Amino acid sequence: MQLIVFVLASLMMILGAVGVVTRKNPVHAALSLVLTLFGVAVHFVSLEAYFLAAVQIIVYAGAIVVLFLFVIMLLGVDKAEDISTEPLVTQRWLAGVAGLGLLGLLVVAVARGADVLTTRSEGLATEAENASGDANIQQLARSVFGDYVVAFELTSVLLVVAVVGTVMLARKRTAGEA
Amino acid sequence: MPEPTTLSYLVVAALVFVIGAVGVMVRRNPLIMFMCIELMLNAVNLSFVALARELTDIDGQSIVFFVLVVAAAEVVVGLGIIVAIMRNRSSLTADDLAELKG
Repeated sequence: MQLIVFVLASLMMILGAVGVVTRKNPVHAALSLVLTLFGVAVHFVSLEAYFLAAVQIIVYAGAIVVLFLFVIMLLGVDKAEDISTEPLVTQRWLAGVAGLGLLGLLVVAVARGADVLTTRSEGLATEAENASGDANIQQLARSVFGDYVVAFELTSVLLVVAVVGTVMLARKRTAGEA
Repeated sequence: MPEPTTLSYLVVAALVFVIGAVGVMVRRNPLIMFMCIELMLNAVNLSFVALARELTDIDGQSIVFFVLVVAAAEVVVGLGIIVAIMRNRSSLTADDLAELKG
């Protein structure tokens, strides 16, 4: 059962990711991105990260992709672009080679780290053995508002800076201003 | 039926990360490049959560929480820049962004 869920969610992720890269129309690419994000959320549920699965749907699929779609519609770039010609010769070829090399490096690194992983996990006691949805949220809250409370406060500063900066960037400049 | 191992989650995450990286290298539309960056962030988030379960350590999930916040801020600023640039230009490819002056 777990395996079926894993295979289906992984297929969703990979098909969505390929769709983002290959779709001509930016709107279709954004919708493919939603498919990938839902696949990640399914993975989160099966990895017992229930809170993060909900946040993934609400923040990513609900807010970020909608923001993408808003900008696509606002700018009127929702026409299919021509991606059959490559403007730089050998760019795609080189990107493919670089991608394959990166994939090889990552898979080799994961495979080499696999035995370390299992020995490490035996050493750690499983305190979250009876992890229900509530236990997950409580653990996460204890971590975020306890151990990482300074980082959490700094993210609020980051969000304020992002909002103010975006308003500055996107507003119309009135005459007489620099 | 066997359970999926942490290793298989990491391999899927690596695959999606590479697809995102190739997308950033190949596509010329800044919006699509942003989406590919989101793909890479999500792949990393997935591997964080998989390792958090493997090591029964909630810190992996806390970091994913912070990555979500930073990704949201990054998208807001990036799309603001694209909107500001598009006000003065008609087409939208990364090659148009060679000059800093808008």
